[in-house]
Amino acid sequence: MNEYEEIRREKARWERCVDKGDIGSFQTVSGLPVEILYTPLDLTNFDYLRDLGFPGEYPFTRGIRHNMYRGRLWTMRQFSGFGTARDTNARYKFLLAHGETGLSVAFDFPTLYGRDSDDPMAMGEVGKCGVAISSLEDMETLFEGIPLGEVSTSMTINGPAAVLWAFYIVTAEKQGVPSERLRGTIQNDILKEYIAQKSWLFPPEPSLRIITDIMAFGAEHVPKWNTISISGYHIREAGSTAAQELAFTLKDGMTYVEAGIKAGLDVDTFAPRLSFFFNSHLDFFEEIAKFRAARRIWAREMREKFKARKPESWLLRFHTQTAGCTLTAQQPENNIVRTAFQALAAVLGGTQSLHTNSMDETWALPTEKAVLIALRTQQLIAEETGVINVIDPLGGSYYVEALTNQLEQQAYEYFKKIDALGGMVKAIEQGYPQREIAEAAYRYQKAVDEGRRTVVGVNKYVLEGEKLEIPILKIDPRVEEEQRERLARLRQRRDNARVQKVLLDLKAACAGKENVMYPILEAVRAYATLGEICGAMKEVFGTYAEPPMF
Amino acid sequence: MARKLRILIAKPGLDGHDRGAKVVARALRDAGFEVIYTGLHQTPEMIAEAAIQEDVDAVGLSILSGAHMTLFPEVMRLLREKGAGDILVFGGGIIPKEDMEALYKMGCGRLFGPGTPTQEIIDYLREKFPDRT
Amino acid sequence: MSELTIDNLLERFGRGDRRACGQILSLIENESTIATEILNRLYPAMGRAYRIGITGPPGAGKSTLVEKLALLSRKEGRSIGIVAVDPSSPFSGGAVLGDRVRMSALFTDPEVYIRSMATRGSLGGLAVRTKEVCDVLDAFGKEYIIIETVGVGQMELDIAEAADSTIVVLVPESGDSIQALKAGLMEIGEIYCVNKSDREGADRIVLEIETMLELRGKNDGWIPPVVKTSALTGTGIAELYEQIIAHRRYLEGSEALQKRRWQALRTEIQRLVEQKVRARLWQNQEINARLEELVTDTMQKKLSPYQAAETLLNEMVGNGKRRSSVRREGD
Repeated sequence: MNEYEEIRREKARWERCVDKGDIGSFQTVSGLPVEILYTPLDLTNFDYLRDLGFPGEYPFTRGIRHNMYRGRLWTMRQFSGFGTARDTNARYKFLLAHGETGLSVAFDFPTLYGRDSDDPMAMGEVGKCGVAISSLEDMETLFEGIPLGEVSTSMTINGPAAVLWAFYIVTAEKQGVPSERLRGTIQNDILKEYIAQKSWLFPPEPSLRIITDIMAFGAEHVPKWNTISISGYHIREAGSTAAQELAFTLKDGMTYVEAGIKAGLDVDTFAPRLSFFFNSHLDFFEEIAKFRAARRIWAREMREKFKARKPESWLLRFHTQTAGCTLTAQQPENNIVRTAFQALAAVLGGTQSLHTNSMDETWALPTEKAVLIALRTQQLIAEETGVINVIDPLGGSYYVEALTNQLEQQAYEYFKKIDALGGMVKAIEQGYPQREIAEAAYRYQKAVDEGRRTVVGVNKYVLEGEKLEIPILKIDPRVEEEQRERLARLRQRRDNARVQKVLLDLKAACAGKENVMYPILEAVRAYATLGEICGAMKEVFGTYAEPPMF
Repeated sequence: MARKLRILIAKPGLDGHDRGAKVVARALRDAGFEVIYTGLHQTPEMIAEAAIQEDVDAVGLSILSGAHMTLFPEVMRLLREKGAGDILVFGGGIIPKEDMEALYKMGCGRLFGPGTPTQEIIDYLREKFPDRT
Repeated sequence: MSELTIDNLLERFGRGDRRACGQILSLIENESTIATEILNRLYPAMGRAYRIGITGPPGAGKSTLVEKLALLSRKEGRSIGIVAVDPSSPFSGGAVLGDRVRMSALFTDPEVYIRSMATRGSLGGLAVRTKEVCDVLDAFGKEYIIIETVGVGQMELDIAEAADSTIVVLVPESGDSIQALKAGLMEIGEIYCVNKSDREGADRIVLEIETMLELRGKNDGWIPPVVKTSALTGTGIAELYEQIIAHRRYLEGSEALQKRRWQALRTEIQRLVEQKVRARLWQNQEINARLEELVTDTMQKKLSPYQAAETLLNEMVGNGKRRSSVRREGD
């Protein structure tokens, strides 16, 4: 107590000499007010062993591995996909050759919605913002020449996740790789679809059932696979604050754990395979604090609330993507720098896997040159900056620890609000998180419009009469035609009687209690298409309509 | 009495990223306009029908999926076909400059990329419809 | 707008051209001078549509119910009009009209016409011209017109006047507010609907409503039923629809419908007269000049405001006959 008294006095003395200044916003990007200086006085309740502990041990605030990056760097995993499977296969080989250490698949919109490339609603969208995968054949082409037993692959897919996963598993099967050896992730986070990304298929209840089926199947047959990537990235991209991203993501996670337990699974069988996906946004320190708070909160909830017994169930593993929504169309080269800062924050925050955005993504999908710079950004951090030498180097910083505490507190306030509404699913039905996010997005834009928030190149340091001087990726317009032809040939070649049968079996399984993964795999082996499989499931499960909220 | 500006804001196609569309809709409301927001996953047919029934002055499309070269022209074509070619079609999203030029040549109104201040959109609409409030 | 153009508009309207209908609706909504002429010319074609009002607190699921009712009605081959009213922002005067979002299944059905309206400051839940918009849709050939609006609190509720059957939609969570909703919503409903009835508390609120209704007594001799629905799953929709048909048959059978429409027409003509009188009165320069004089006299305490008004009236009308422009009926 005595040492604090003296510091308090000295600080008061110092404050009297301080001209508070008028530059900067005195707030984090999320609107959290921050002091000019942080001292031990902001951490009078700080207990090192309780609040931080050691890396690789509860509560994992400083990191989830004992030796972190000294033992293993984060995976450099660039989210990619465009055009046909062949086009994307070439891009994957390019990235692997240049030092990428993990694959990440970006699917086009029709695929994300469980529709084939020749579906009427797919018109104009095939291959435009990701790769078009309508069948097992497409998946086989996507990974041709890439040994699935030796890479880890992340697939950003939600509504139809079970089907795309089945395509992958069977593709590996055909390569001679048993499912037990497969490593990777499927995003499969339907709750955030309802909140932010909006690429859902079925209503919440059947969606949760499919997720628990996937978790059970994974635990038994694909033990090295992350069956869910509980995501905050999209929530942040939709306009939320850091605290909302943290709170809604972790609450989604807790909802899945509850669903798994309710389905009769032992929490320690599936919890170690839950993974997370966060955004790395503009405010350098707020983001680092957010990652640390996430680990601490999750560890506590898993151990205390859900009574998980294995340490592997307590630790929060996450992938990070730098914030797409902060990139500008104006002076796109600046985006390289923004991405570098955001990537650094993710590394200092202890991420297990990282995607860095390319500078041209406000105009189109990345060119080879742009994605290479993005990849090099990560390699530069790893090889040249020295930050990997020490675990959680910002630990102990008065500011970062205070900020970590604050974000944690805010998250718990949100948890209370959501519980009062009856849990996350009910909160989503009532439009609560969606409204919070839309309002935060609006406030942010107003601040930019009114000049209270600076965006370099957009409302300050603007280049008049700017000419775009970077190359832009163009998707070959023939992609849609090509896919249509491929599908037509496939439908002719295959055993259509068998396809009919497996789809009927699938519908029966959906209506009953059988794990849907088994009939889906059968359907995939028979070369039923994505659209056909999802169509069959939709007949039983119905579709979802968004609650109108503005 | 001057009529209020009536704008339809729509998300055509499968793209589910509605942050921009919602922010623009609110901004237009705060500028005193009446905004009909149709929500996600609209086909060009649905958009054209809604525009006609609501007799809007302009239709704003938000497209971030890369499908703009199909969706913008289709909406414009359907409006013309149904005798409503005078309804202005404008929009925004992720659209390369080259494609913007191509769409302008087809008769599309202004396209607003990322970073556009909402006031710019408001000013543009006010300028296009000076006899509306 | 020239005579030629109005003729052209009306001609296309008569042929079922939806664009022409949309343009006429805009003319009506913006109270332009042509609106009256158009309404005059369309009047003979009006009167066939049956108007269903749907109101209730926000979040009750009204739009989804409207969509489901419309779909049911379409199965019977009926042509439907839907007017969705949302409040304007009191600060900017603008509005986001988002009810359509809930009705996308109806967008490409050529027999369904959906029009969104903002209240533009009007306080009773409807916009000033909602009734006229319904009239135009009536003339357009719509057999059912569903009017959807937000209803809370105890203000006078326009919907009851505008609709033949008024449905009040509540949700299990409305329980606490039933007491607060005593006046207003709880007075005007002819059918009560508890939506999202799969939620906890549904039966409790049904009981509360029934108790309230018993205290209220009958409306035209009709005892309002309470229907449980779940718009998302579709349960209860058919029953709700049947109750609407039943109410209609009841009104038609008991001549209550005729009486209502008579009364509504009477009120409307009175209202129009009052509007015109008010407008003409204060546009008259002579009268305004005289008014100024009287205000001065009143300021100088030569006479009281009431005497000033009486004086002005007598001077205008002459023999002391009361004009209702300066007093509301029943004062």
